Amino acid sequence: MSDWVALLSFGPDGWGLALLQGAWITLSVAVVTLPFGLALGLAVALAFRSSSPFWRTAATLYTTVFRGLPELLTLYIIYFGIQLLVEHLIKLAGLQSQFSISPFLAGVVALGLVLAAFSAEVWLGAFNALHKGQVEGASALGLGRFQTFRHIVWPQLLRAALPGLGNNWMVLLKETSLVSVITLQDTMFIATRANVVTKEPFLFFGAAASIYLFFSIVSSIGLWALERRSARGFAPVGRQA
Amino acid sequence: MNWCSLPGYWMGFEVLERYGCRLADGFLITLQLVGWSFCLGLLFSLPLALMRLKAPLPVRALLVGYMTVFRGTPLLVQLFLVYYGLGSLRPFWQEMNLWWFFRDPLYCCLFAFTLNTAAYQAEIMRGALQAVPRGLSEAGRALGLSKGVILFKIELPQALMIALRPLGNELIIMVKASALGSLVTLYDLMGATKFAFARSFDLAIYLVAAVVYLALVEAIRRLWAVGERYLTRHLVARA
Repeated sequence: MSDWVALLSFGPDGWGLALLQGAWITLSVAVVTLPFGLALGLAVALAFRSSSPFWRTAATLYTTVFRGLPELLTLYIIYFGIQLLVEHLIKLAGLQSQFSISPFLAGVVALGLVLAAFSAEVWLGAFNALHKGQVEGASALGLGRFQTFRHIVWPQLLRAALPGLGNNWMVLLKETSLVSVITLQDTMFIATRANVVTKEPFLFFGAAASIYLFFSIVSSIGLWALERRSARGFAPVGRQA
Repeated sequence: MNWCSLPGYWMGFEVLERYGCRLADGFLITLQLVGWSFCLGLLFSLPLALMRLKAPLPVRALLVGYMTVFRGTPLLVQLFLVYYGLGSLRPFWQEMNLWWFFRDPLYCCLFAFTLNTAAYQAEIMRGALQAVPRGLSEAGRALGLSKGVILFKIELPQALMIALRPLGNELIIMVKASALGSLVTLYDLMGATKFAFARSFDLAIYLVAAVVYLALVEAIRRLWAVGERYLTRHLVARA
């Protein structure tokens, strides 16, 4: 038991600091992916609602592909694909140079593309929950398209989408563990390396599981508070908001 | 020439011709892995959900813990805990005559995936059971029906209908998650593809795998929708 404490310590022989750094990378990947994925997802949802059949088909194709592919495969294709593509372009330009994409960037792009596909469905559901009369009312008041979106549609959209987006975030948090396979030094990568060195799989994968569990539990508490806050105008009569 | 190298031959795609049979074998492994773990998960999910709702407090607390841990951590961690963790207890398993099980990456995947999907499916079942209006079971009680009859004839049929759609989603999630098996040396579709890529450095082989996965997921989605329409046909308003 005392061995285990020593192995998790922050000293030179302990893996405590490395694991914390890994946890930081895990969190960074998730936090950087979130705005990118959600914004792209909103754009895809808008394409779904577009009057042009071209955009609607493109949106359907996009969500079908990125919801259907295993995330691991998406990650490999993005990681190796971008690398090969850029090297090909370099060769075409007649230059001599090596190129390698940062695993962090590849991870964020791949997870962001997947998040966009899943969050597009959530945005779409939120759009459908929005009453048509709201937009008509806004145009009757003489609001422009941007003003209507900013002041009428967006606040209601966000409230309706929040539970679904919260789910997307929880899934994303766990999916970040995949970036360890393209050598990004996240929680999972550190745990794997520590296991190779020390032969203590239960300790280190258990520690990794605890880190993810901690993030998940904190997130679900945070999301619960956010949802409560966003619904404060809708509290039943007689209940303190 | 084997049938499985024909697609590559016809397309003039040499890498696919050479590794087509490995990919086909991998595809079968993927199907088996997903099929077995999903069905086993389904089998466990109902008793788990019922216990989660109706068992005495200590059992309930234990189940909440199980479901929180398996739904709150990545499947990859769970898989590594089984494959590297349980797999490291070799003398113990040999004594128990279970080493054949934990030695094999396929069984390790099956074990981890079943534990994982059972937790998710139990949560789906719990939500579905709770969504059945209370008045139905109360009416059953008022009619003097026994608890078993109320459960099997009133609550469960309604709940299973609600659970159908999320269960279909869970099956698709399992298909996609099964690709993780390739990280513990399993030669499923993903593992076979990685093997082919490592030998050929031809990225197009990943695109072949992508098409196969997409086709599988689309097929499941459509079949499931047909099944769901059939099972809920009495609810559809006639035009």
